[in-house]
Amino acid sequence: MDFTEEQIERYSRHIILPEVGGRGQAKLLKSRVFVLGAGGLGSPALLYLAAAGVGTIGVADADCVDLSNLQRQIIHNNTRVGMPKVASAAKTINELNPDVKVVQYNERLHVDNIRRIIRDYDVVLDGSDNFPTRFLMNDASFFEHKTLVSGSMFRFDGQVAVFKSDKGLPCYRCLYPEPPPKGLVPSCQEAGVLGALAGVIGVLQAVETVKEIIGIGDSLAGHLLIFDALKMQFRKVKVRKDPECALCGAHPTITELKEYEQEACELRS
Amino acid sequence: MAVKVRIPTPLRKLTNGADEVAAEGANINEIINNLEKSYPGLKERICEPDGKLRRFVNLYLNDEDIRFKENMETRLKDNDEVSIIPAIAGGR
Repeated sequence: MDFTEEQIERYSRHIILPEVGGRGQAKLLKSRVFVLGAGGLGSPALLYLAAAGVGTIGVADADCVDLSNLQRQIIHNNTRVGMPKVASAAKTINELNPDVKVVQYNERLHVDNIRRIIRDYDVVLDGSDNFPTRFLMNDASFFEHKTLVSGSMFRFDGQVAVFKSDKGLPCYRCLYPEPPPKGLVPSCQEAGVLGALAGVIGVLQAVETVKEIIGIGDSLAGHLLIFDALKMQFRKVKVRKDPECALCGAHPTITELKEYEQEACELRS
Repeated sequence: MAVKVRIPTPLRKLTNGADEVAAEGANINEIINNLEKSYPGLKERICEPDGKLRRFVNLYLNDEDIRFKENMETRLKDNDEVSIIPAIAGGR
């Protein structure tokens, strides 16, 4: 791949790294990453993926920018309130790095569209805000053989994991077999979340995605990284492949996508 | 055995805000039952009515998921660390 002079300058701090180099940067420019949610986690992840020169970024979100988003959703700004989040994200990305092609999905993902959408991408990131979507994303990633970089947060706590079920490694259901029943776990909207925590977790997702694309370092796959912002403590625990997993185990009972009931806060607007 | 149990944020209101509590027990089951005595309501947040671990909560002994050891019967040593890690879903 031939870089333009502008690209050599733009990506010089990457290219100078022996682990990345021109080859790694070329991989980034040819890569296609899908990001579910242009919200708290999606915002920082999208910004760094765009800055890194990921060639094509797909972004899905059905919401519009709200003033209460701006405490953490740093890809948007005050002038974008009321604008669809995917349009706002695309505008910020285009202004940051014209090398990136943004594909906007201003829609909710469900059983009938998710596989078709993620099929076109190399790596998928989950920055969604509810359990039904997380299980849907996991199952779709399994069926489409995609590496899933998952991040989630709650108040002051964050979790990051990479699922490579196509490589015989555990999936999200090996870690958490079923979503909690409705109402048992409060959503972010009801519980609050520290804005900068979204930055920590979303950026970790971007780091794992970039490593995945270039093929360097040790993947987080097979582990769960837990961050406690109040204690300022990171911990890493093992995630084992569950031989009884209903999705990726030896005798699967989930053989097609299933939709869980949406939580109450998801029904608004 | 005396072990340290890490309490996740959503359950800290049951432990008077403590993020870490001490507990006695030879295995995970005994730990959970002893915790329930000191912090009523904790067990039902972690276990189903039949005593099995809820499917969206994991317990780790040090860095290993107890489901891949002896589950609730997993034996403990002094100074082991047990962590309660619930699934969280926020992203927006």
